[in-house]
Amino acid sequence: MAKSLFQKVWDAHTVRKLANGQTQLLIGTHLIHEVTSPQAFGMLRDLGLKVAFPHRTFATVDHIVPTDQVVEPYSDPLAQAMMDELRKNCAEFGITFFDRATGKQGIVHIVGPEQGITQPGTTIACGDSHTSTHGAFGAIAFGIGTSQVRDVLATQTMALGALKVRRIEVNGELPAGVYAKDVILHIIRMLGVNGGTGFAYEYAGSVFDGFTMEERMTVCNMSIEGGARVGYVNPDETTFAYLKGRPYAPKGAAWDSEVARWKSFASDPGATYDDVVKINAADIAPTVTWGINPGQGISITENIPSPDTATSDDDKAGIIEALAYMKLPAGAPIKGTKINVAFLGSCTNGRLSDFREVAKYIKGRKVAAGVKAIAVPGSQIVALQCEKEGLDKVLAEAGFEWRAAGCSMCLAMNPDKLIGDQLCASSSNRNFKGRQGSTTGRTILMSPVMVAAAAITGQIADAREVFAFSQN
Amino acid sequence: MALEKITSLSGRAVNVPGNDIDTDRIIPARFMKCVTFDGLGEFLFYDVRKNLDGTNKEHPLNDPRFNGATILLSGANFGCGSSREHAPQAIAKYGFKAVIAENFAEIFFGNSTTLGIPCVTASRDDIAKIAAAVEANPQTEVVIDLVKLEARFGGQTVKIEQRESARDALVNGRWDAIGELIDGKDAVTATAAKLPYLAA
Repeated sequence: MAKSLFQKVWDAHTVRKLANGQTQLLIGTHLIHEVTSPQAFGMLRDLGLKVAFPHRTFATVDHIVPTDQVVEPYSDPLAQAMMDELRKNCAEFGITFFDRATGKQGIVHIVGPEQGITQPGTTIACGDSHTSTHGAFGAIAFGIGTSQVRDVLATQTMALGALKVRRIEVNGELPAGVYAKDVILHIIRMLGVNGGTGFAYEYAGSVFDGFTMEERMTVCNMSIEGGARVGYVNPDETTFAYLKGRPYAPKGAAWDSEVARWKSFASDPGATYDDVVKINAADIAPTVTWGINPGQGISITENIPSPDTATSDDDKAGIIEALAYMKLPAGAPIKGTKINVAFLGSCTNGRLSDFREVAKYIKGRKVAAGVKAIAVPGSQIVALQCEKEGLDKVLAEAGFEWRAAGCSMCLAMNPDKLIGDQLCASSSNRNFKGRQGSTTGRTILMSPVMVAAAAITGQIADAREVFAFSQN
Repeated sequence: MALEKITSLSGRAVNVPGNDIDTDRIIPARFMKCVTFDGLGEFLFYDVRKNLDGTNKEHPLNDPRFNGATILLSGANFGCGSSREHAPQAIAKYGFKAVIAENFAEIFFGNSTTLGIPCVTASRDDIAKIAAAVEANPQTEVVIDLVKLEARFGGQTVKIEQRESARDALVNGRWDAIGELIDGKDAVTATAAKLPYLAA
């Protein structure tokens, strides 16, 4: 029977059925970080358990690390305590830790792929909802809570119910100035922030076939913002080319046999899906959010919604709440909205290609007066690659502060925070109330190039106009 | 490790209305700078409950009429966003034993179930009925019956629903799967042996 990748990976990792009907699923790769793991190790100790597969667990530190202070102890003792705890836990249980001293530290969803740990046909879990990122490689990757981190540490398995699969096909050519970020913001706007509940999203179509791995990661990363716990792209030559030669990728004869095995996981032609959605690439425009969840998005040329044009009572209440928080005028163009901060980075858009693309357009230009602009590479390796190519200098000359690797202002668990009701043009993934560290701070999500356009003009702008993109 | 069989529970309820209440709102990220879950209760819904100077904003949880409520009522897509277990932990540490909402985000639902916190769904109209009864008389006892799949309050009964795997786990006292997962050790070894990437 023709099967989807999800079904094949699920079947290959099924250990057994549990009494309540859920599946005990083997988790091949477990990624951990400092925020959601310490309690899990505590539970493990309380139960007198060991880590079952320490060689399949990998740790890094990302959420709490300052990006302007790389020498410990950190000025925040709570952050230092979390760092110390992770270091201690990894040493005690024999877990590989990509600490800063290794030169491989970074956001967990950037480190896994970069090291070649993230591979097709595998199951991956991490105590972080953006674990869906790893689906870009044709892996089934779950964001989990801390009790499940404990379960995976102790048994390398967890209890789960199977998901339905929705295939989302994007076909055609993306217009100039439209990026992977716009594709996922468009999908979430279309299907809703809870449209994916109970589903894994399989992204397909000519747009995904043509995407680089980094573009696929950007889309898969935000699956959870559409309610889908898992998102993936079928593995292909692009996937294998990315992985070849990476530290944890198979080598020698094992490479060929693994590639053959990986290919076998791709969805069969004729696989059945619980739902299929088709999107025309030409309909996708540079997209920005205007509200307080990632589904509240519009194209840069549209006006901010008004309660008067709401499609339902819920929609109306949502618009009123969002506009009150965002302090944005109903019905006015989003273009021209003044910004205070520009943030480039995060597990969504903190990779080499993101900084390359921004540097290409921002070279020789200056960040508008009064705008605080920071660029935060997603990993030490990304930082180093950017520095080798001189991208850091281009960004710095334009007025961006070039920082050390971490999650930074995406969720502001480190010192990088908005102040008061500052409005931030952000390449991150969430625009929830208070998300960027100030209880009244405001976030507008967009692609990195759109962040660059906003930084330079000091307002929400159409990057296609600011940078004179040629129109298709 | 014998777990409690959660077949029904009862208590007073409080309504925190709204859709898409995300986990950042339930527990803001800055309160996750901790290595235990112990102190999270006081920070539940902190930024919508408190002003910057620590004084109270208008919020149902700050309304003394609802002090001691153990059942939380809310809208659609409750618990969306981050996978942080800190969210259901904060809800539990604050004193809540169950949540009734129109529907739940996937990860939040699983995290809560694993902690023995039933998340049950009801229609918007029925949640409004419970909320109205509680508003009229905050002392109203609400019973969540996971066997009959109904909620009873002030002489009324409404239908509730819960995913069968979660309901089964709660009523049979196996909501924390760790014991069962450990028991599967031999089957785990056998499955792992078939997957080359798991070789040590």
